[in-house]
Amino acid sequence: MAKHATPKLDQLESGPWPSFVSDIKQEAANRAANPKKIDYQVPADCPDDLLGVLELSFTDGESHWKHGGIVGVFGYGGGVIGRYCDQPTRFAGVAHFHTVRVNQPAAKYYKTDFLRQLCDLWELRGSGLTNMHGSTGDIVLLGTQTPQLEELFFELTHKMNTDLGGSGSNLRSPEACLGLSRCEYACYDSQDVCYQLTRDYQDELHRPAFPYKFKFKFDACPNGCVASIARSDFSLIGTWKDDIKIDQSAVKAYVGGEFVPNAGAHSGRDWGKFDVQAEVVDLCPTKCMKWDGAKISINNKECTRCMHCINTMPRALRIGDERGASILVGAKAPILDGAQMGSLLVPFVEVTPPYDEIKEIIEKIWDWWMEDGKNRERLGETIRRLSFQRLLEVTGIKAQAAHVKEPRHNPYIFFKEEEVLGGWDRDLAAYRSRHQR
Amino acid sequence: MAFISSGYNPEKPMENRITDIGPRKYDEFYPPFIAKNKGKWLYHEILEPGVLVHVAESGDKVYTVRCGAARLMSVTHIREICDIADKYCQGHLRFTTRNNIEFMTDNLDTVKALKADLAQRKFAGGSRKFPIGGTGAGISNIVHTQGWVHCHTPATDASGPVKAVMDEVFADFQNHRMPAPVRISLACCINMCGAVHCSDIGLVGIHRKPPMVDHEWADQLCEIPLAVASCPTAAVRPSKVDYKGEKVNSIAIKNERCMYCGNCYTMCPALPISDGDGDGVAIMVGGKVSNRISMPKFSKVVVAYIPNETPRWPTLTATVKHIVEVYAANAKKYERLGEWAERIGWERFFSLTGLEFTHHLIDDFREPAYYTWRQSTQFKF
Repeated sequence: MAKHATPKLDQLESGPWPSFVSDIKQEAANRAANPKKIDYQVPADCPDDLLGVLELSFTDGESHWKHGGIVGVFGYGGGVIGRYCDQPTRFAGVAHFHTVRVNQPAAKYYKTDFLRQLCDLWELRGSGLTNMHGSTGDIVLLGTQTPQLEELFFELTHKMNTDLGGSGSNLRSPEACLGLSRCEYACYDSQDVCYQLTRDYQDELHRPAFPYKFKFKFDACPNGCVASIARSDFSLIGTWKDDIKIDQSAVKAYVGGEFVPNAGAHSGRDWGKFDVQAEVVDLCPTKCMKWDGAKISINNKECTRCMHCINTMPRALRIGDERGASILVGAKAPILDGAQMGSLLVPFVEVTPPYDEIKEIIEKIWDWWMEDGKNRERLGETIRRLSFQRLLEVTGIKAQAAHVKEPRHNPYIFFKEEEVLGGWDRDLAAYRSRHQR
Repeated sequence: MAFISSGYNPEKPMENRITDIGPRKYDEFYPPFIAKNKGKWLYHEILEPGVLVHVAESGDKVYTVRCGAARLMSVTHIREICDIADKYCQGHLRFTTRNNIEFMTDNLDTVKALKADLAQRKFAGGSRKFPIGGTGAGISNIVHTQGWVHCHTPATDASGPVKAVMDEVFADFQNHRMPAPVRISLACCINMCGAVHCSDIGLVGIHRKPPMVDHEWADQLCEIPLAVASCPTAAVRPSKVDYKGEKVNSIAIKNERCMYCGNCYTMCPALPISDGDGDGVAIMVGGKVSNRISMPKFSKVVVAYIPNETPRWPTLTATVKHIVEVYAANAKKYERLGEWAERIGWERFFSLTGLEFTHHLIDDFREPAYYTWRQSTQFKF
C-alpha cells in the first residue's frame, strides 16, 4: 500500500516509454519489504515521500524544494548540493534530501561489479534513487542526509577508488564521447584527454576558485556527440589536416547498392536508389567534391571537414591521418546574457599525452578569467565584455581569418598606441601653429 | 536505525583521508573486444533501429544493442541492468550521453537472445523497461534536467513531460523514417543545465510572473546588493519599505523590466518566482550541435508558452508530435529540422505547421536581436 495517493503520477505509468514513476514505486516497495534486512541510514520511506511531494507539485504546478544549503565533505567546496523540502512535516523522509555527484568514468563504460558496489552503498546510505546520468555527465545520487556525506565519501574513495564530481564555481566533471574506443571517426583519444585533465585539475574541480562554473567537453570528431560546442567553456573537437582517404571500390559498392548508405540510418523509409551525386557531392558545403561516374575526387584544400560525405559512406571515405583537434571556447546556456556557442580559438592542436600544449592554453585562459571575470560570469561572457582580441592576447594566439565568419562591420577599431606612428602624446602647440582656434 | 560507520572518524577527519583521486580510469571498464580494437575501427552499420555493428581492422565485429531509459533510475533497476549485462555481456555495459543504455557483445546469437529478453521486461505499470532504439534518422532519448523532482528553480517538471513526449513519439524511437536525426531535449528553466539551446526541438520551462518580494526576510536571507547585481535587465533595486510599521531594508522589482529569468531568486530566496498559473513551457526548434553540412545552430522559439497540463502535458506533446510530422513530411533526406526551416524560410515553417506567429517570437533581448529581423525585401507571401 502506497504511503501517499498519487493519482496524477499514476497516469505516467502507462505508455511504452520507461516510467520513472513505476521505478520509484519499485524502489519504495523494495525498501518497505527490505528482503536483505538493511539498516537504512536515511528514512526507508524516502522514495514514497518523493512521490508524495512530486504529486503535490503536479497538483499545484510549483516545485517544493528550497535553495541548497551549504553542505559538503571536509576540504571540498563542491560535489554535494544541499537540498531541503519546503513541506518537511508532510514529507519527512525527504525533508533533507541532498544530491551527491560522483565523477563518472569517461564515456560511461562500466563493469557491473562497480555498479553493484555503488547500488549497495547508495541503498544503505541514501534514497536508492539516482540519475544515470546528470546532464554534465556525473552519476547523480539523489537524496541523502548530512551525516551520511562523509561516510559516503569515505566509502567511495576507500572502497570504490572513485571521487566526487564538481558543482558550484569550479571545474565541473569533464566528459567525452566514446572516441577511439568504438568509433571510426575519432581524431584523438577523447576519453584519455578527459581522464588526464580531470586528474590534473582535481584541485580546480573540488575547490571553487573560479568566477563561475567551467566545463570541459571532448568531442573526437566534428559530429559532436557530446555537444561540446554548445555546452562547454572549453571544447576540444577532433579534426584533421590532410586528405580524406578514399576507397574507390567501396564508393562503387555504395553506388551499386551493395553497401547501405549512411550506415543504415535511413532504413525506415524508401528514399529511392542511392544517388552519390545528389546525396553526397551536391550536399558538400564547400562543393569540393566531384563524381565522374566512376570515381570520387576531393579538393581537400577546400574541405571544411563537415563529416557529411564520411558519415554517408563510412566504408569508402575515412578521416585523414594528420589528426588533432580544434579548440573552441565560451559556450554556455542562455542565463544570463543569452546562449553562446563555442568560438574557434585554436584551429589545430596536436592531441598527444601529456597534453601540455592544451593545458598551457587552458591555464592562460583561467589566469585571465579568474583575474578579470566578474562574479557569476561565464568565460563566454567575459570574452564578449572584454573582446575576442583580449582573449587572443592573453593566450598569445595570433589573429587569423579562421577566427571569424566575416570581418567586423564597423571601423571602430581599438588601435593600440604602439601601432600608431608617434603614439598618442601629441604636441598641441605645434597643432595650433598649423590650425588657428 | 543504528548509525553504521564507514570507518570515517569525525574526530580526526584527516586520518586515512583519501582525496583528489578523480574518477576510475575509463579503460578499466572496457569489454575485451573494445580494449583489443580501440583506435582500429573500420566502419559501422545500424543493422536495425537500436542495433549497431562496428567492424574492426582485425575483422572483429562488435554488436551494440541500445535501449532507452529514464535517467531517474533506482538501484533496483540498475541491478537489473547489471543482471542483463552479466548474463549476455560478460558484465560490461555503457551509458550514452542521451541516457541510453548500451549492451555490447561480439556474438550475433547473443544479440538475438538479448533482444528477446529485453523486449519482455516491463515495469509493473506496463511500460517497457528496455525499449530498443534511439539510432539513426529517428528520435533518440531526451536529454533533460531535474524539474520538480529535485530542483528549486524549475518552471516545469522534467521527468514527467519527458515521459509524456517520449510516449507520444515512441514509434520514432524505434524507426528510421525521419529525414535526419531529431534530437529533443528539455530544460526545466532557462538556466538550461541541459544543452537545450542547440536541439532540433528544445522544450524549456519558463516563468511569466516577476518575483514576489518577501520583505520580512529579504534583509535576513539575502545579500541585497548581490540580488541587485544578479539582474540582467536592472529590474531589481534596493529599497526601504514599511513592513509592519517598521522601515526595513528590502528590494523593489520594476515589473515591466523583468524577463522572468529567476537569477535573482537563485541569489536571494526571498524573491520567489514560481507560480502555478504563470509557469509553463516554451518550444524552441531548429538547433543542432553537429557540424555536418551546415554549421551548428541555435534553436529558435516557435511557441512562446504552453501551460503545465499535468500529468501528461497534452498540448505540449501534441505540438511536438505535430512539428515532427510536418518536418518528416516536408524535409529532404539529410536535412535537419533547422536546415529545412532555413531552406523554406521561417515564414513558410509557420504556414506549414500552422503555428501562430506572435509578437513573443520576435527577439528583443540585447543587441543580437537586430540580426534576427529581416533586412531584405526577400520574403515569402
